[in-house]
Amino acid sequence: MLGYTITQWTFGILSFLAIMFALMVVFSRNPINSVLYLVLTFFCIAGHYLLLNAQFLAVVHIAVYAGAIMVLFLFVIMLMNLNQDSEPQKTAISKVIAGVIGGLLLVVLVGALRGTEQINLTQYGHSDIGLVKNLGRVLFHEYLFPFEIVSILLLSALVGAIMIGKKEIK
Amino acid sequence: MQLTNRSKVVSNKVQSFSERIYFPAIISGMAVTFSHLFKKRPTIMYPEQKREMAPIYRGQHVLKRDENGAERCTSCGMCAVACPAEAITMTSGERKKGEEGLYREEKYAKTYEINMLRCIFCGLCEEACPKEAIFLTDRIVDADYERDDFVYGKDKLVEKVDKRIDVTKRQTPEVLAFKKIPGLKHNELYTDKLNKGKH
Amino acid sequence: MVEFIIYKSIICVVIFAVSLGIAAYSTWWERKFAGLLQDRWGPSRAGWWGLLQPLADGGKMLFKEEIIPNVSNKFLFVLAPGLFIVTAIMAGVLIPWGPAVSINGTSYPLQISDINVGVIFLLGVTSIGVYGIMIGGWSSNNKYSLLGAIRASAQMISYELAMGIALIALIITSGGTLSFSEIVAKQDAGFANVVWQPLGFIIFFVCAMAETNRAPFDLAECETELVGGYHTEYSAFKLGLFLFAEYINMFVSSAVMAGFYFGGYNFPFAHEIYNAMGLQEGSWVISLIGFGAYFVKTLIFISVFMWIRWTIPRFRYDQLMNLGWKSLLPLSLLNLAITVVVEYFRGNIQF
Repeated sequence: MLGYTITQWTFGILSFLAIMFALMVVFSRNPINSVLYLVLTFFCIAGHYLLLNAQFLAVVHIAVYAGAIMVLFLFVIMLMNLNQDSEPQKTAISKVIAGVIGGLLLVVLVGALRGTEQINLTQYGHSDIGLVKNLGRVLFHEYLFPFEIVSILLLSALVGAIMIGKKEIK
Repeated sequence: MQLTNRSKVVSNKVQSFSERIYFPAIISGMAVTFSHLFKKRPTIMYPEQKREMAPIYRGQHVLKRDENGAERCTSCGMCAVACPAEAITMTSGERKKGEEGLYREEKYAKTYEINMLRCIFCGLCEEACPKEAIFLTDRIVDADYERDDFVYGKDKLVEKVDKRIDVTKRQTPEVLAFKKIPGLKHNELYTDKLNKGKH
Repeated sequence: MVEFIIYKSIICVVIFAVSLGIAAYSTWWERKFAGLLQDRWGPSRAGWWGLLQPLADGGKMLFKEEIIPNVSNKFLFVLAPGLFIVTAIMAGVLIPWGPAVSINGTSYPLQISDINVGVIFLLGVTSIGVYGIMIGGWSSNNKYSLLGAIRASAQMISYELAMGIALIALIITSGGTLSFSEIVAKQDAGFANVVWQPLGFIIFFVCAMAETNRAPFDLAECETELVGGYHTEYSAFKLGLFLFAEYINMFVSSAVMAGFYFGGYNFPFAHEIYNAMGLQEGSWVISLIGFGAYFVKTLIFISVFMWIRWTIPRFRYDQLMNLGWKSLLPLSLLNLAITVVVEYFRGNIQF
């Protein structure tokens, strides 16, 4: 089909959808719709992981991001019951600051991507690096120290959240 | 003062471990429900299987005919007077020549209506009737959609000649004897009213 | 390739149809069983023993008036029941219903897809299932629906953790595989996993009950407080889909429990019986018997779900949260620790 393989077609469609939904997240007026578009974006990205034969990552991405974090987001937004009437007025200066920060992030991302080597598209589907066994081996052998550091970081965040959540500290 | 020996003193004692994990209580509760699987069921499968009515059950009324098929009701109004719910109304008419087979007495009820929504099925009309014309039967008043349809006229109340309704259960010798006692309360009241009207 | 497609489509259609059929008859059995537990007969009019009751209910749901509230978000309102039922059916993809059948030397497993991260896929699908409820509750634009949706989501998040940790212990017991079919196959020789994971099973069972929104965890549709919960505004077939999805969820989670903890299509002395019958490995008779064993286990679990529903009263909301965070989560961590020690001495893990 037009000189592309099925994988390339899937990649193209998924990328298009992911970018489109990501734009919808930003442009939709209703915060609930934004969250739902974000969930769709996550699904598209999970599709990309599947294309890379990283099933573990894809499923964890759905389970953690779409299944847990976005549910919490939705939960909070529903509780706050945001709608157009109660939308806070944004001052001009906050808009300027947001624009500057967003622009800086863009610069960083573009700079980071420019530094990477050209990704070889032909390797799709042949890599086993995303499978659970290989991932676990890499995490617990080569990257054991950073992994444990991350877990300690998460633990401290957990303890901090509990401390904040407590009514009074004796 | 102790009113009953079944009262329980409420205690806020600390729950034991087995109480706190709830499992023993849940298991025993589930055993109770499980034992009910094998219990006898009191269900009566209604349309096929009917519950036996008490012999003195008071359901929908019937206006009786005599053995020749003439209506017994003479439109005296005793039932309407006795009725505590004021559910009964009637208009009386005079029997014409040639209608002897239809009406037993010279005066008869042209219309006779019982409002089944008002009726409380107490059976006082039956008790008041001097002509043994109205009886309550073990039939149940049907459900309906319109309030008007609950006002039963003679078409629904009078028994069909070829489909007599058995009221022997309510017409026991004791009842007949009771009805013949002179000076029943409502009869007295009625005679009082009649006398008042005369004077 | 053609054979593969035919085989996959057949198995998809069959499992889909069986899931729906079982879900439909679960509604019947729920009412019948409730009746039997309460000294009644339950449905008995539509067909013999009320067996046509699901058809009658479905017909009723189809022909009722369909109301979409004026103030609702109409697109999401219509989308929600569909989303809910899709996620409910999706988890059924993983279940290996019996030993593989071999025809002309090719092995055909009785499973739609053997994902090598099946257990996590299961967690992911169940957690996505809450979107149907949340979107439905929110788009109704009704306070009761919203409260029901919020309850449902909080409940799902709380119980998913304990469930996941219970599953980690299970994965360690079954030798570190994340594939459903391998977990079931590992229980072929030796005991079912429930022998090594009694606490894990109880935790998983309670969490599964909470995840499927079944009583005593049905706070999301708690009629005494929230009218109908998240489906207050739903009517006709959309309501039917919501109710139906609950039964599909129940069926799938029963099958998952039977597979994870009770050996799935394996049963005691299976090989002795097969040998005595002179059956070869891969024979369709073995698959049929295995499927029957799995099915019976699943149906027993469905009945236990119902039995619990008609015995235990609903939790209060704070009790629900306390149970999830303060009891089940520490218990599942304890279970994980115990499992690691036990499996070390059994020789399943080395350091």
